[in-house]
Formats: sequence, C-alpha cells, structure tokens
Amino acid sequence: MTAVQQARPEAPAGGPARRGRVTRRVPPLVWLFLLLPLAVELFWVFWPAMNSFSLSFTEWNGVGAARPVGLENYERLLSDPIFATALRNNVIWVIGFGGLSVVGGLALAVALNRPGRGVGIYRSAIYLPMVISLAVTGLFWRVMYQPGGPIDSGLGVIGLDGLQQQWLANPDTALYAVLIAAVWRQVGYIMVLYLAGLKGCDPTLEEAAAVDGANAWQRFWRVVMPQLRGVNTVVFAVTVIDSLRTFDIVWAMTRGGPYNTTQLLSTYMFQQGFTLVNLGYGSAIAVVIFLLAIAFIITYLARQARAEEV
Amino acid sequence: MRTARSPWFHAVMIPFTLLWLAPIVFVVLVSLREFDDIATRGLGALPTSLTLDGFATALAGGAVATALLNSAIVTVAAVLASLALAALGAFALSRYRIPARRTILLVMLAGNLLPPQILLIPVSRIAQGLGIYDTLFALVVVQVGFGLGFYTFVLHGFMRALPSEVFEAALLDGSGAGRTFWSIVLPLCRPALAALAALATTWIYNDLIWAMTVLQTDAKFPITAALLNLQGGYSSSWNVIAAGSLVAAVPTAIVFFVFQKQFVSGLLVGSNK
Repeated sequence: MTAVQQARPEAPAGGPARRGRVTRRVPPLVWLFLLLPLAVELFWVFWPAMNSFSLSFTEWNGVGAARPVGLENYERLLSDPIFATALRNNVIWVIGFGGLSVVGGLALAVALNRPGRGVGIYRSAIYLPMVISLAVTGLFWRVMYQPGGPIDSGLGVIGLDGLQQQWLANPDTALYAVLIAAVWRQVGYIMVLYLAGLKGCDPTLEEAAAVDGANAWQRFWRVVMPQLRGVNTVVFAVTVIDSLRTFDIVWAMTRGGPYNTTQLLSTYMFQQGFTLVNLGYGSAIAVVIFLLAIAFIITYLARQARAEEV
Repeated sequence: MRTARSPWFHAVMIPFTLLWLAPIVFVVLVSLREFDDIATRGLGALPTSLTLDGFATALAGGAVATALLNSAIVTVAAVLASLALAALGAFALSRYRIPARRTILLVMLAGNLLPPQILLIPVSRIAQGLGIYDTLFALVVVQVGFGLGFYTFVLHGFMRALPSEVFEAALLDGSGAGRTFWSIVLPLCRPALAALAALATTWIYNDLIWAMTVLQTDAKFPITAALLNLQGGYSSSWNVIAAGSLVAAVPTAIVFFVFQKQFVSGLLVGSNK
C-alpha cells in the first residue's frame, strides 16, 4: 500500500486542476473559520511550548523575575541521580510497556480477527479497560496489589506463596507492577489498530501461500506481517509517544516512589515543576521529554501526510 | 480455507477473558464488602455478605458528587467547543484553497502529539496571568486547545471525502460559506462527529494531568483528581476506594457500551488511514 502511494505522481500542490471540488476564492468568513481554532491552538499549545524552552534556561520559583542561568539546568540534569533513574525507567517503560502491549494486542487481533461465536464478547471484554481512566486503572490495581489482595491470594492458590510480597512498596517490583497495570489498559487499543490492519490485508495472498504449503506461522510472518507495515509504523510511534507521556497511572499508584524507583521523566518533571516549584529545572526536563519524542512525532506525521496525499 | 475454529479457541479465550476482567470483578467485590470484613479476613477473600457502605462513605459529604458534576460540566463544554471549532477549521482547510493548508493541518496535528509536559508550566502561568487559574473555564480551554489539532485533522479527512457535487450544487444555489457549512457539511459529518464525540468524551473525562495543572481547590476538581484525594483520606478503607473508583468509571463505561461502534471507529479514524 505504501509503495503504491509513493509511486503515484504527486500533483503540483498549487495546480489549478488538482481538485475540482476545492473552491478557488476564499471568502473572509472562511478565513475566520480557520483562524478561530488556529488562534486557540497557537495560544494554548504552541505559545506555551515555546515558553518552556526559554524557561528551561532560567532559574525561577514563580515569584519575581526569572534569573537566566544559561545551560546550568541541563548540566545539573547530567549529574542528577533521580533524573538518571527516571530516564532509565522510561527506557524500561518503552520496551516493557510497548513490547507487551504490541505483542498482546497483535496476538489478540490475530486470534479475534475472524468473526465467530463469542468473538464480539471477547473483543468487548478486551476493549473495556481502555475506557477506564489511567487514574482509576491505577486505583483498581492498587487494590489488586495490596498485601493479602487478589494477586497474593491467587499466587497462594497456585502454590507460589514464595512470590507474595508488597508489590508496590518493594523497589524491585514497583515499576513492573505499575507497568503491568498500564499494559492491561493499552492492549485493547493496540488490538483495535491491528484488527483494522488485518481487515485491510488481502486474504487471497494468504490462501495462495496455504496452497503452496506454507504453514500458519510462515503465512503470518511472510504474508500477513509485510502487509501490516503501515500499521506497525503507527503503532510504534503511538507507543513511544504514549510511553513518554505516561503520568497518570504512576501518579495514582506510587507517585514515583518508593525511593524514586518508579519515577518516569513525566512524574519527575511534575514534581520539580509543581511540587517543588523549580520552574526552570522542571522545564528543562520537559524539553528533554520533547526532544526524545520529536523523532516519533515526525514519523507519525509523515505517515499521516502520506495518507493525506491519496 | 475458512475452516471452523478449533475447540481450543474457546478453551483458551474463555479463561483468558475472565482473567482479563478479573481486576474489575475484584474491585466490584471489594466495593461491596464491609470495612471490618476486609480488615479481618483480608482483601483477597471472597465476600460473605454484601453492603453498600463503601459507596455510602465514598459519596458522603458530597465531594464525589461535586467532582462528578465538575467532570460533566468540563467534558460537555470541552467536547462541544472542540468539535465546533475543529469543524470550522476542517471545513475551511478541506473545501477552500487556503495557502499552505496541508502544512497548517499537519502543524495543528503536531500540536496534539506534543508531550503535555512541555506545556504544563507555561499553561499554568498563562492561566494565572489571565486570572482564570483554578476555574473550570481554564480546564475547558486548555482541553480544547490541546485536542483541537487531532479533531481538525480527522474531520478534515472526512470532509474532503464528501462528494463534490453537493458543494457545486450549493454554490449554484448561491449558498454562502456559512450556510453551506451549517446546513450541508455538518449534517453530512454526523458519523465522524459522533465517533469523535465518543472518543473526546472519554479522553476529557479521564484526564488527570490538565486538571492538576490549572486547578487547585478541591471543590473544583474533576472526578479523577478528586479520587486521588479520596485515596489519601481513606488510605486503608479499600471498600471506599473501590467504590469511588467504580463511580468514576461508570460514566465512560456507559459511553463505551452505548457507543462502542463509534468509539472504536473513532480510535481508528485518526491513526489508521
């Protein structure tokens, strides 16, 4: 599909005959139509975003004037052990949260692709967590993870008493415990994306491969997966962007604790910027998050831009 | 080729689905237990008797009810304003020869993809500067501003695909831009608007970080932020916390069950053309 799009000769953007249905003259009212949303977004998104950059070169507690400090905030980040933890945790988060939800979502999409008895119910059950807010998801799982709670009891029932522990209070398990809760909510979304992707695949290709003697595994990897390339790009970009944004669920479950072991860049930024009111330092962390996200934002945009061409 | 599923399919999927829903089921069970029962027999035990005490405590004092009302106000206002503004912008960009319209559209979409963290501190300062800090109005405008890019992008795709004959006919009838938009484009866009509305409702209702950024007074918190307060106040009363969480989850669950089709198509429309 992508190849077809690229092969299509691009019409000159300003060419008069590009689309007959586009009206030539732009009436003033239409300019107003465009400027209203544009102004709101410029004022509440792009203007603040630029402000974060300039704030990151200052030291400011919100009172009086901000003191310009050049790159000092960024230099401090390099030697800040909590920032290092947050960064490392974010890498674990991208890989763990992204990997598990993509594998889970894809596997479920393949399993539930064909309609059949019960498939609608299974799908709805897997979508359901998606509509629960991340904050509430966090509270749900706090209940699950409590000492003596369902997870511990479940482990007891299957004879794994030795694994019972304070999941959220133990620095070794807290991050992963939060991660599992986040995956539980994300899998449904990834499954939706892959189900749509699978719908767009050509079934005759798979049938031809089956006739040629390819087994199910080979058909999936050699025939179906290449057709899902476009969806994979979207899923990959969305997952990384989501990972860098993750805040609510950590805040609801651990607030970055115990001992900062579940700190992500976003929670550390919030703590610095809002709890401790280090506006300059918090902004510097925000800029780092932005710089990490930008490549994936561009990947996503590029794909959307191509889709717009058709 | 399209053979029947192996019996293993249901043998695997039924337990899996039950396990998937287990957290929700457990929270429901905990919410229906008595505090003393949880304290003596543990959180993981099955209830022996059912009570609505947890819900009564969670709703007592009216803080949760106020928070639900705040959430409802913010969600309705923000969804309507977002879709109205996005529809206007999408109409202009899709049906008129605006210079650099593709760039404008992608830049708007990019705004929605930014990590909110890069906006939080300045947004909070700007709200203070405008004197709207700690008002629901601030939360609404911030939500609208941040979501607009995505909604505009989706509606643009939809409007561009509308048959051009409709517009030519409108033009011949001497219909101006305003009337064309109101009486032709908006009605035709109903499916896309419904999908986006279902999606935006859950996003805005579920938000926590923007509320924490522009609000300060507990009485103004939407339900997500109020719940975290409840959790602080009743840190060991798991039945109360479970009940409060369920109360918070019910509105979006209703949206989901009633508008599941719109919801799912809304998720797809932006990310998977």
